[in-house]
Amino acid sequence: MAVIVDPLLIVVLLLNFYVLGASRMKSIINGSAAQGVVLGAIALLAHDEFGFQALLIALVTITLKGIGIPWMLGRALRDVGIRREVEPFIGLIPSLLVGALGTGLAILFAHAMPLAKQSVGSLLVPTSLSTVLTGFILLTSRRKAISQVVGYLILENGVFIMGLTLVSAMPFLVEMGVLLDLLVGIFVMGIIVNHIQREYASLDTTRLSQLKG
Amino acid sequence: MALILIIVPLCLAITAFLVPWDRARAWIVTFGGIVQLGLVAVALATPDVHGLNGWLVLDPVGRVVLGFTTVLFVACSFYVPGYLAQRPTGNKRIFCACVLAVLSILTLITEAYHLGLMWVAIEASTLATAPLLYFNRTPRSLEAVWKYLLIGSVGIALALLGCFFLGYASLYAGRAPSLLIIDLLHNAPYMSRSWLHAAFILLLVGYGTKMGLAPMHTWKPDAYGEAPGVAGTLLAGGLTSGAFLAILRIYRVCIAAGEGNFARRPMIVLGLFSMLVAGLFMAKQKDFKRMLAYSSVEHMGILVLGIGIGGAAAFGTILHLMNNGFTKGVLFLSAGNIHRAFGSKSTDDVRGALKKVPYSGALLLAGFFAITGTPPFGPFLSEFTIFNAAIGSGQYLIGGLFLLMLVVVFVGMGATLLSVLQGEPSPSPAKVLAPERILTVVPVIGLLAIVLMLGIYIPTPVETLLRAAALSLEGR
Repeated sequence: MAVIVDPLLIVVLLLNFYVLGASRMKSIINGSAAQGVVLGAIALLAHDEFGFQALLIALVTITLKGIGIPWMLGRALRDVGIRREVEPFIGLIPSLLVGALGTGLAILFAHAMPLAKQSVGSLLVPTSLSTVLTGFILLTSRRKAISQVVGYLILENGVFIMGLTLVSAMPFLVEMGVLLDLLVGIFVMGIIVNHIQREYASLDTTRLSQLKG
Repeated sequence: MALILIIVPLCLAITAFLVPWDRARAWIVTFGGIVQLGLVAVALATPDVHGLNGWLVLDPVGRVVLGFTTVLFVACSFYVPGYLAQRPTGNKRIFCACVLAVLSILTLITEAYHLGLMWVAIEASTLATAPLLYFNRTPRSLEAVWKYLLIGSVGIALALLGCFFLGYASLYAGRAPSLLIIDLLHNAPYMSRSWLHAAFILLLVGYGTKMGLAPMHTWKPDAYGEAPGVAGTLLAGGLTSGAFLAILRIYRVCIAAGEGNFARRPMIVLGLFSMLVAGLFMAKQKDFKRMLAYSSVEHMGILVLGIGIGGAAAFGTILHLMNNGFTKGVLFLSAGNIHRAFGSKSTDDVRGALKKVPYSGALLLAGFFAITGTPPFGPFLSEFTIFNAAIGSGQYLIGGLFLLMLVVVFVGMGATLLSVLQGEPSPSPAKVLAPERILTVVPVIGLLAIVLMLGIYIPTPVETLLRAAALSLEGR
């Protein structure tokens, strides 16, 4: 199984760097969409038996993370008609460097921790942590509301990968509940993004600075 | 039974959404509060409440949280019709539906005995409260709700990672991984220590964000500052207690693993730091609703500190959880009345509240004395119990710092609140934008009466519940 899953996890890692280095809003949304599709494939392969539930979870993951949410974000981007650049607080090259450092640390951390025999040698744990860190970098270093939502999405992707180590423990309903919460969460954020745009004629979150102290 | 408690308010939420009349909608909330109170009373009288194959269990701590949050909700539910009648604008349909949905979700949090289910419920509570925060539709509330959603969601994502780490800790032990709390308690002694430690830290930070512990509290002043009084009460008294309950459940797993000492240290640090941050930011606060948010940060700090001290402080903590919930109801609801009467919540504009809105002014004053731990109110008793436990177990430094922070907070909070309450009202005492009504005052008086009662005499059934909850946290 690891023979197929590990290359896919490397794709996830590469997509992290792609998103960190991307300068256009469209690219980071597409990057997160591609990551969602890959995660769906991994979810299918990570289940022990190739049953109906595994298939359903993979399908729902791909539909939500790969198609639905990116489509919602893409539409929000079109609707608000903002400038297409990402406008980071810290430059793209420094972001990439921090991301690389984070990935290195994630690998070291996974080495230092005792791994269960099912996942020794697998990239699941380090990829998960590295993706979580990538999400954090995006959340904290990008100005626009939509790129922060993408950051949250990527952070969730990282958590999702960690969840795959426990597929036998995670009942089907909970997996679905997590995905549903994510969908509703992004949906509500999308509504708020729209209101921010209408109110401030901008999606620059640095303008959200009336509340202090 | 366990399931009915969740489904009934959910159905009422849907009804409130579908009913076409705003007045009827508000009273459906009241109806929901009363029905839920009856159902919860039956559930608390039943010795063993569970459902869905062990996914829903009402454990001793859950009983306490379920009991007091329901009473708090009943007070809010009477306040809602009075409040909405004074609001010409705003989407009342969504407001009422969300208030009832929050009740349902909060009940689910108290009963969820599966880490995944509990996570789903807490995340859902974030989403259900977002429309309540945005009820006023101002740019400021927009900013508040954005920060609330983003910070809350990120915090809770970390908590999910922590849940998975905890599951992984049992996987490492060669046990069948399960996220049912019963199984986790059972597997705890065999878990991998490193993964358990990492899981606890992530869960403490994640759910601590939802509780609003410093330094993860930054959403709180914004959200509480812009929230309508009812939403503030539900957040500060209800949902933060739910997040604390989640931390307590993880703490019990740590105790079962023999790692109670490891878990208590970060709680002491976070608790004292939260109290310090709250005290510092209260001192120069010009917005009395934001100040209440810092008071909430302080009391969340006291709660985790109480658990961190351990031993006899567990009883004080559980009692304080209840006291804090009720007192926050008094503070937020009366502050909401003053806010509406003056049309401002800045201490520059609001003066002489005692003269302009005498009942709400007096209630806010009493609430201030109660929350800062003045006898004879409930919080005094619980804070004193925690302090006593710290001294009794030889933790003099922690006990001393605890006392010092309480004094700092008293001074800081008093300076702001007294300037709001005393003096001559401006522009004129006669011009009251929204007068007090029976429905916006009597529920608050009821809550204050409970806070007072808890400081003087704790009824036997309540004490039995509290003792059972404290016992389950002492690890015996």
